[in-house]
Amino acid sequence: MGLEQKLGDMGVVTTSLEKAIGWARSNAIWPMLFGLACCAIEMMSTQASRYDLSRFGMELMRASPRQSDLMIVAGRVSRKMAPVVRTLYDQMPDPKWVIAMGDCASCGGVFNNYAVVQGVDEIVPVDVYVAGCPPRPETLIDGILKLQDKIKKEPLNKWQ
Amino acid sequence: MSQVIAPSTGLAPDVATALGDAIQDTLVFRGEVTFVTSRERLIEVLTHLRDQQRFEMLADETCVDYLPQEPRFALIYQLTSLSRGLRVRVKTYLSETDKVAPSACGVYVCANWLEREIYDLFGVRFEGHPDMRRILMPPGWEGHPLLKEHPVKVEEVAFSFNRQRIDADKPYAQE
Repeated sequence: MGLEQKLGDMGVVTTSLEKAIGWARSNAIWPMLFGLACCAIEMMSTQASRYDLSRFGMELMRASPRQSDLMIVAGRVSRKMAPVVRTLYDQMPDPKWVIAMGDCASCGGVFNNYAVVQGVDEIVPVDVYVAGCPPRPETLIDGILKLQDKIKKEPLNKWQ
Repeated sequence: MSQVIAPSTGLAPDVATALGDAIQDTLVFRGEVTFVTSRERLIEVLTHLRDQQRFEMLADETCVDYLPQEPRFALIYQLTSLSRGLRVRVKTYLSETDKVAPSACGVYVCANWLEREIYDLFGVRFEGHPDMRRILMPPGWEGHPLLKEHPVKVEEVAFSFNRQRIDADKPYAQE
């Protein structure tokens, strides 16, 4: 009963392994439960019921870097915090991606001073930059969808 | 029950008489009293204010960099008397060549972290401090960032005409 009867005889679907793996990876990304500043408030809102990030298979925020695929750097990174962020990134298993959320994480934002890293791309490789101060939840979701597109197109040998 | 902030001007003659030449100057502005003292007599002044005038609390200890002036630095102690509802300020000047002051940790315990912060950001050393380390900046940091000669900006602001040059010099992270 249900879907199978309506589908009829589908037989065999062919695709490339690269596409199948990219599709599987992109739709079950587990972000790390990790916020640094005010952008984290918007990130929490993105996961909560109104904007509902779980529509895109990303509702499971992991408190451990060992279980995460995605690091959303939400907020400014101080020079003292930078080694901690890099350690967390190193602890994440491959494949892994990074979103720089907001102006401070992307380029230092208004904090052009001695205490703040001028863009988190100085310490970890960033896949998607999300602009805004802070970005609205829709903007973050758009950035995440961009990342999903990127993951779907990634070659298999990238994570060797 | 006293007011939270009462004018402390009535206090000035008493303290000046009791401490004699330890008080170099007494400044009064809108009911706020500032005692200017020398580095050598600082602990004596703070102890007197705590024990004789009941200023139980060191609300803040901070430093100012008056760059063109000499003496260049001023240490400022904000004292509060909870029992009398009074506030008073103690100020002492330090020369650029001799940035050392006696630690107030023996008089007010909370001076410990405040003096570490002053050391971290201004480079003033406190003699007799139990743990003279940086508190805010990373341990390997060089320089003292709140000094006037320290650069304010780290990175040049990017516009369309210089964006490519800034981007070429930027230390991007590797995998």
